[in-house]
Amino acid sequence: MDITFKDVAFTYQAGSPFASDALTDINLTIHDQAFTAIIGHTGSGKSTLVQHLNALLKPSAGTVTIGERVITPETDNKNLKPIRQKVGMVFQFPENQLFEETVAKDIAFGPMNFGVSEADALQRATEMVQLVGLDTQYLERSPFDLSGGQMRRVAIAGVLAMKPEVLILDEPTAGLDPVGRREILGMVERLHREQHLTVVLITHLMEDVAAYADQVVVMDRGQVAKTGTPQAVFQDVAWLQSHQLGVPETALFAEKLKQRGFQFEQLPLTEAALAAALAPQLPLTKRGATDE
Amino acid sequence: MNKLIFGRYIPGDSFIHRLDPRGKLLLSFYFIGIIFLAHNWQSYLLLFLFTMFAVLMSRVNLGFFIRGVRPLIWLILFTVILQIFFTRGGHLYWHWGPLVVSQYGLVNGGYIFMRFVLIIFMSTLLTLTTPPLQLSDAIESILKPFKVFHLPVYEIALMISIALRFVPTLMDETEKIMNAQRARGVDFGSGSLSQKMRAIIPLLIPLFVNSFNRAEDLATAMEARGYQGGEGRTKYRVLTWKGQDTLAVAAFAVITGLLIWLR
Amino acid sequence: MANIIEVTDLSYHYPQMEQRPALQHVNFTVQAGEWLAIIGHNGSGKSTLAKSLDGLLTPDPQNKGEIKVAGLTLTDETVWQIRAKIGMVFQNPDNQFVGATVEDDVAFGLENRGVPRPEMQERVHAALKRVRMTEFADREPARLSGGQKQRVAIAGIIAQRPDIIILDESTSMLDPKGRAEVLATVRQLNQEDHLTVISITHDIDEAAQANRIVVLDDGQVKETGTPAEIFAYGERLIEMGLDVPYAERLKTALRQVGADVPKQYLTEEGMADWLWTSHSKM
Ligand SMILES: Nc1ncnc2c1ncn2[C@@H]1O[C@H](COP(=O)(O)OP(=O)(O)O)[C@@H](O)[C@H]1O
Ligand SMILES: Nc1ncnc2c1ncn2[C@@H]1O[C@H](COP(=O)(O)OP(=O)(O)O)[C@@H](O)[C@H]1O
Ligand SMILES: [Mg+2]
Ligand SMILES: [Mg+2]
Repeated sequence: MDITFKDVAFTYQAGSPFASDALTDINLTIHDQAFTAIIGHTGSGKSTLVQHLNALLKPSAGTVTIGERVITPETDNKNLKPIRQKVGMVFQFPENQLFEETVAKDIAFGPMNFGVSEADALQRATEMVQLVGLDTQYLERSPFDLSGGQMRRVAIAGVLAMKPEVLILDEPTAGLDPVGRREILGMVERLHREQHLTVVLITHLMEDVAAYADQVVVMDRGQVAKTGTPQAVFQDVAWLQSHQLGVPETALFAEKLKQRGFQFEQLPLTEAALAAALAPQLPLTKRGATDE
Repeated sequence: MNKLIFGRYIPGDSFIHRLDPRGKLLLSFYFIGIIFLAHNWQSYLLLFLFTMFAVLMSRVNLGFFIRGVRPLIWLILFTVILQIFFTRGGHLYWHWGPLVVSQYGLVNGGYIFMRFVLIIFMSTLLTLTTPPLQLSDAIESILKPFKVFHLPVYEIALMISIALRFVPTLMDETEKIMNAQRARGVDFGSGSLSQKMRAIIPLLIPLFVNSFNRAEDLATAMEARGYQGGEGRTKYRVLTWKGQDTLAVAAFAVITGLLIWLR
Repeated sequence: MANIIEVTDLSYHYPQMEQRPALQHVNFTVQAGEWLAIIGHNGSGKSTLAKSLDGLLTPDPQNKGEIKVAGLTLTDETVWQIRAKIGMVFQNPDNQFVGATVEDDVAFGLENRGVPRPEMQERVHAALKRVRMTEFADREPARLSGGQKQRVAIAGIIAQRPDIIILDESTSMLDPKGRAEVLATVRQLNQEDHLTVISITHDIDEAAQANRIVVLDDGQVKETGTPAEIFAYGERLIEMGLDVPYAERLKTALRQVGADVPKQYLTEEGMADWLWTSHSKM
């Protein structure tokens, strides 16, 4: 399911004295089964943009085409439920949305809103809790007794249980420790690879963008400043830095190496890519590719 | 969110904005009192002109004041209509059973209507030109004498100011949680009453839990910063009574005098 | 240099918690003017330790440990004196902003200590200037970014003129820009005003600022060392609640393609030097 923005603009509190333009002139396609990363600094419109993907916000101008459905400023609020089911959305700090007595019930809440029977929904809860890397013994626990990282995984399981085709994650690793970050990103990558979910990830972690994304969208002051593959977008280190955007550490380090005299055909973005590019330029031991 | 409209304070730098909030608060109450001195059209005209003068001086768009009347319009109309239909006296225009439309009834209805509008305009003027925080400072200052009766005035004022400070945060959070539950298929504000009530649980529980955690964090932070209750605290914010405030009081005194003279 | 904090055999047990204590026989010292980082996985007891130092936990009856701050032993009598010496910045920027506006918030701690108003105004303005938030003095918190709110929290601490500042994951909810701003502010306080800094963090850049790092694991001090010593753990840092420094990640990748990388910790600069030297040997 492709999602296409055509000349989209969005204004918060339109028509009031407090109106503020959050998006202007957005033209963009989120491709089916792609892993799209959205980057840009705080306030650049990333969250506003993704809330158009499941029609939580309707454009103030232009159209958003979600699969077969076309959302325009005139679209009424009825009948948006099928979109919400197909496009799952994990908000920032999603642990704040948990409310049920048990983890199982909370995960089952979404599917039941979309007409899945209770028995089936609880069955899905059992599947999903394992999918996000928690033991089934947690199902009967209160979500409020879990650690922050565990709560977040339960919240993500609650969205996955709706069996969406598109999964949107708004800074899913914010505030977590490195182990928590790795677990969540690893899980998203697995879902993308194994279940062919279309993934849209908002993040400040350029390492993750470089490692996982097929497509990068750079937001700047409510506009799309750049789109392309990570390779293309991160090539121009100076441009990114002048826009106060992060750059993968490998790209920075490779720039440093270039100044010393190393040569790269294109700027490597991950440690593995850099190591591969450096290998022919270094004396290697005979031991070869054995990991110690 | 409409965080900036809360308390409907409209930032500005007019004479009215700059008045001492204690004076503004007390004079607003005083105004409600003196309205009852008015019993003829001359005195209502006087009050109306005075109110409009104050409104114009605040340089706030008149639309905001009219919007203040709107939510109460049914109450006002209901009271006015009762007044019209049940007051006898003067020329009788129409009657049906106990219902009448008389000259006095129409006149009284008009007065009641004016009274409502004037009170709403004046209290709207207070909230439009005074930041909520200043109101809480004013309340604290006015309540200070009650300290002798062991009323914890400091604590009350601090509570009000913290509550005010968290209103926008809570409103933001409400919107976020609603969106998150909408994304999980909740339909707020549609269906039968019981369906609506049920939809509100996934909003209220997280809101409650988060507020509880927030309160706990806040209490720790306050303690770490040396908060031990109101005893021995000094105040950063002080209110100063200026010449312009005395001038405002004088204006009200003159109006009171005129009202008595017009009776 | 003199020790400004001495923790001896500190244990802590939350009354609600049935199983193991949150802190067990913790010993460590902090020198005046030092920057100490505390790392450890989630739930390892870092926040419990930070709150203990400030006397913010209900005392544990079984606890025999001792905390000394600037020569004072922490007791019910000295707790307010000690709190005046320590400023704490917590994780969530919103949940520690007490005042209705920026300047009110900075003044809050001074009001609590009964500082006279003229002096209060002076100190508030000086503190806001120090964190470069002067132009935001009359802003409400709802109109500030997370990084700005944390800087206001720091200003509130500066205004109180403490000797020690404790940051409990204060940058973890911020975006990279906010994180960099807060870190720059703290660095300045440490270097110019010689404020002792204790920063609890998962962030490698923040930990790298420290003179020493203490590693907590399940309520116990597992390791103490300089950043170079601790960073040499490489991939194992992840379990200690820290990111792996870039040079270490690159080393792992290089080993996989068969390069014979040095064992000891290298900074990025050191890594670049090593790569260039090896390349030249070819
Ligand atoms: N609910 C809202 N009401 C009014 N303005 C908003 C709201 N949410 C966001 N904004 C504004 O819209 C702009 C874009 O915000 P957002 O989409 O949240 O950016 P990002 O996710 O990139 O940080 C910002 O200027 C922000 O202040
Ligand atoms: N208020 C509390 N009541 C009961 N247990 C707590 C409380 N706060 C923390 N704990 C427990 O104490 C241990 C240490 O927690 P904490 O100091 O918050 O760790 P960290 O800050 O390293 O993540 C954890 O197992 C946690 O569950
Ligand atoms: Mg956002
Ligand atoms: Mg903690």
